[in-house]
Amino acid sequence: MKTLVWVEHENGAVKDATFGTVAAAAKLGEIDLLVAGSDVGPVAEAAAAIAGVSRVLVADDAAYAHALPENIAPLVVQLMADHDAFLAPASSHGKNIAPRVAALLDVMQVSEILSVEGPDTFTRPTYAGNAIATVKSSDAKLIITVRATAFAKAAATGGSGKITAVSGPGDQGLSSFVRADIAQSARPELTSAKIVVSGGRALGSGEKFQEVIEPLADKLRAAVGASRAAVDAGFVPNDYQVGQTGKIVAPEVYFAIGISGAIQHVAGMKDAKTIVAINADPDAPIFQFADFGLVGDLFAIVPELTAKL
Amino acid sequence: MKVLVPVKRVIDYNISPRVKADGSGVDLANVKMSMNPFDEIAVEEAVRLREKGAATEVIAVSIGPAKAQDTLRTALAMGADRAILIMTDELVEPLAVAKLLKAVVDEEQPGLVILGKQAIDDDSNQTGQMLAALLGRPQGTFASAVSVVGDKVEVTREVDGGLETVSLSLPAIVTTDLRLNEPRYASLPNIMKARSKPLAQKTPADYGVDIAPRLTTLKVSEPPKRAAGVILPDVDTLVAKLKDLGVTA
Repeated sequence: MKTLVWVEHENGAVKDATFGTVAAAAKLGEIDLLVAGSDVGPVAEAAAAIAGVSRVLVADDAAYAHALPENIAPLVVQLMADHDAFLAPASSHGKNIAPRVAALLDVMQVSEILSVEGPDTFTRPTYAGNAIATVKSSDAKLIITVRATAFAKAAATGGSGKITAVSGPGDQGLSSFVRADIAQSARPELTSAKIVVSGGRALGSGEKFQEVIEPLADKLRAAVGASRAAVDAGFVPNDYQVGQTGKIVAPEVYFAIGISGAIQHVAGMKDAKTIVAINADPDAPIFQFADFGLVGDLFAIVPELTAKL
Repeated sequence: MKVLVPVKRVIDYNISPRVKADGSGVDLANVKMSMNPFDEIAVEEAVRLREKGAATEVIAVSIGPAKAQDTLRTALAMGADRAILIMTDELVEPLAVAKLLKAVVDEEQPGLVILGKQAIDDDSNQTGQMLAALLGRPQGTFASAVSVVGDKVEVTREVDGGLETVSLSLPAIVTTDLRLNEPRYASLPNIMKARSKPLAQKTPADYGVDIAPRLTTLKVSEPPKRAAGVILPDVDTLVAKLKDLGVTA
């Protein structure tokens, strides 16, 4: 099977979710990558080094900057003439592009796969991760989004993909990019961090959140996350949100601090290797998922932990 | 400008779904069903556009069993003007939903279609993007702000690193994210009034759309359970456990 993987990139670098997506494609067959964007030479070279890649198809055109689906989808459709499967990470951009490609090809997409069970069979989460469905596609081509954290990442080096320039239909004149308002942070990215420290409603305010959560995260060089309750209360911006409606994370260690453990939140972090929960309520559902729990006042426990680490 | 709002009847979001013992699916017998929460946000946004004068009529449409009428009545009580039910007891996948919606769009010619970004049952997150593709129109997915300016709509989107704003030529397709608005509760007088608002009944065959599924669900299982761990007596014990895991400052 010949697969085509959409490479998600930012500021000249391949984004982390791409590597898990390549790993999923490797289970299906030969791998070509698509690097689309403006001035993407360095991205194409980084992509060519990913282990197991055959070709890197590069569409360098201003129309493909900002991953506008109206412009990228027709390009992918054109390239799918000689590929059997298209895979994109189930990131906000991947989810935006892939279904548009699928409909243009009259294919029913398989969303956010967790595993590859066979050439046309996959598992995927439904009902906020409370039910895992095994589905088999009957379409002639496969269009797939991949939950990248469910796959062991493909190695970033060791590959020698052949870089080939391609061109597509260009700007469709339907949409334009206006601006981005992307949070700048020196911390690791939430979805790929080895350690995540998350806070919940029990922090009480944005100031307390900063005062308690951030020093621990700084000390552990961890990413900072939050529950939906903390986001809705305005303690932190919405891109901090871990959960079914936010980001899905799978770090080595996840700290849930002042988080009760709503189904919604647990769906976003239950694949962490080790979960540490700190909560005043001994009956909080989070303790049913945590490997290590501490019951007590987080305003005393977290500073003590930060000091002793 | 008309606004079309597709709504789906799904398991209520407060209910914990239970996987059937035979692995054939999720048990929906005698379970409370409600409007998909992202669709409520879509209805609210459409009604607000009409209240601001940016839209003239809000049409709700649902594809599903006869019971989906209840969901449409909820949309009408929230302020939609009329409703269309495309009745079927079959399971309809996002691709087929998008084809049916395209047929409705061809008939009604709305300037905007506002949909929930995903349904909380199958979590596909596809229908809006597919509809946009089939119509050859632009899409503003995961919207946290929508403003109609002349013949364009500006959509602020929730993306992985933060927010991004795009400008789309109308007609356009918008899908809603959680923070776009807080949907209103339908008042009792509005619930009463909704009963007499027009609700047209159709079938997929009326639109000539083949809804045969492309995916077969082989089985549905519960996710692997995490074993509950231990409650530790104090911070020092936690620090020791973390050191064992190699977690140190």
